[in-house]
Amino acid sequence: MTVYLPIAELSVNIFIILGMGAAVGFLSGMFGVGGGFLITPLLIFYNIPPVVAVATGANQVVASSISGAITHFRRGTIDIKLGTVLLCGGLVGATVGVWLFSVLRRIGQLDLVISLLYVVLLGSVGGLMLWESIIAMRKAAKNQPTQLRRPGQHNWIHGLPLKMRFKKSKIYLSVIPVATLGFCIGILTSVMGVGGGFIMVPAMIYLLRIPTSVVVGTSLFQIVFVSAYTVIVQASTNYTVDIVLAFVLMIAGVIGAQYGVRVGQRLRGEQLRALLALLVLAVGVRLSIELIIPPKDIYSVVSAGFGF
Amino acid sequence: MRALARLVLLALALSAAAPASAQSLEREVGNFPEKLEIGISTDEISITSDFRGADLTIFGAIDGFDANLLAQGKYNIIVVLEGPKDNATVRKKERVFGIWVNTHSMTFELVPEAYSLSSTRDIATIAPPRDIANMGIGVDHMRLVPLGFIGDGSSLGEFRNAFRRIREESGVYQRDPGGVQFISSSLFKASVRLPANVPNGVHVVRAYLFREGLFVAAKALPLRVVKTGLEQAITRAAHEQPVIYGLFAVTLAVITGWGASLLFRKD
Repeated sequence: MTVYLPIAELSVNIFIILGMGAAVGFLSGMFGVGGGFLITPLLIFYNIPPVVAVATGANQVVASSISGAITHFRRGTIDIKLGTVLLCGGLVGATVGVWLFSVLRRIGQLDLVISLLYVVLLGSVGGLMLWESIIAMRKAAKNQPTQLRRPGQHNWIHGLPLKMRFKKSKIYLSVIPVATLGFCIGILTSVMGVGGGFIMVPAMIYLLRIPTSVVVGTSLFQIVFVSAYTVIVQASTNYTVDIVLAFVLMIAGVIGAQYGVRVGQRLRGEQLRALLALLVLAVGVRLSIELIIPPKDIYSVVSAGFGF
Repeated sequence: MRALARLVLLALALSAAAPASAQSLEREVGNFPEKLEIGISTDEISITSDFRGADLTIFGAIDGFDANLLAQGKYNIIVVLEGPKDNATVRKKERVFGIWVNTHSMTFELVPEAYSLSSTRDIATIAPPRDIANMGIGVDHMRLVPLGFIGDGSSLGEFRNAFRRIREESGVYQRDPGGVQFISSSLFKASVRLPANVPNGVHVVRAYLFREGLFVAAKALPLRVVKTGLEQAITRAAHEQPVIYGLFAVTLAVITGWGASLLFRKD
């Protein structure tokens, strides 16, 4: 059964899109990630124009992050003050990102930049996560305690000015690195169609030394608002949000996520992280192959509708 | 030796006369007795959610034909369905530091987004290639005018060829020599294929009549291709009310995400 995507302007098999949404939803539920970094490349592999895939991916991220954000809000594991500082940086970043997106699209380098960013980010984050989880697994095997946060240690980030007290996180931290992190994630959201949790969570834990208990909730808080904002800005400047595609993905995604969560609960933390790292690396490798092997056709044609 | 010189002179005179005769032919176009009439069953094609392409049948008749010539198959017809025009950019990839990057591009001005050609036989045998080329009939003779600065123009040919090839491979440019058939003495039927990825907008159906390799008459009809129902409503909303459209997309995501978590909590 085919369904016509009015913004992407092509007909696709609805079952493939449903399958993609369900599979990514399952994985995102299992690993507790938004899934944007999987859905956008998958859509691109399925010949959805990257411009549509990115903007629609951001819409899917809203759906997959909202329920998690609400749960964390109820449990009180969101540092609203910290989240708001992140969000301010994120909104500025998303605005700059959408502008960058339009410029890159005009000069014909958008697809390349999207792929390169994915390869670099997925490769480095996946590699680091794999390394960290292997060490954790070896320590667990030797019955040594694993510590993600080392409270007494400080790095250069903690010497920056404009400090602010974040009560919920019990830290006293400069707003500069927090807003900068938000800004960078905002750019990634609008250029790559990802929530950015897979970068934000490690950055908050390892660089900013924010307690793990509030990290996930606070990052989800930022992700929901920044990706919602990105969807609106993409829709109004580039007209590339395909609501039909997004809706099909969302429905399948949220259902898949429910089953993913159940499977995820049976796995141990470090095993889960190692699996996620392998998955992240696999997507990165697949995208880098695309860049390295000679293309089937070195020419491509875009009409003004999408090329511009 | 003299005979040879005379022969050469004769040949020269003939070749000099050729362009002149071609010009006089062009002037004669209006003087042919034949008239061409065409009609299509619909002037609007709707793209619904399950649109997988469509066949369009065009009927036509030759009025004032010469029965003898018709019986000998001296009349030939070319029918073209030309899509709306837009600028198109061709990009070429090159390997830079091991990865493939778009390095060169060329934009062609106002080229049709779709082009389907049907004819009674191969267009190269219907009329002299030069005449067909002058009229711009067929994908190979389509006018591809580059926009902006293109350097010394040495790469023009390769970009034009790449453009034609890609458009033909994707099915938006197609040709069917044999797609036009006579169903009675002077009545003909042409079928042109609208691909699944047919662009929206006003398409033009053009029919050309040739007699013994000479262009006689042409006729054009518009054909509107429109998205219908929900698809059209969505496209219009996305372009005319983009902010509300974006807000709606977000709301839909919030409801879906939240709704699912409520739904699954119960059981």
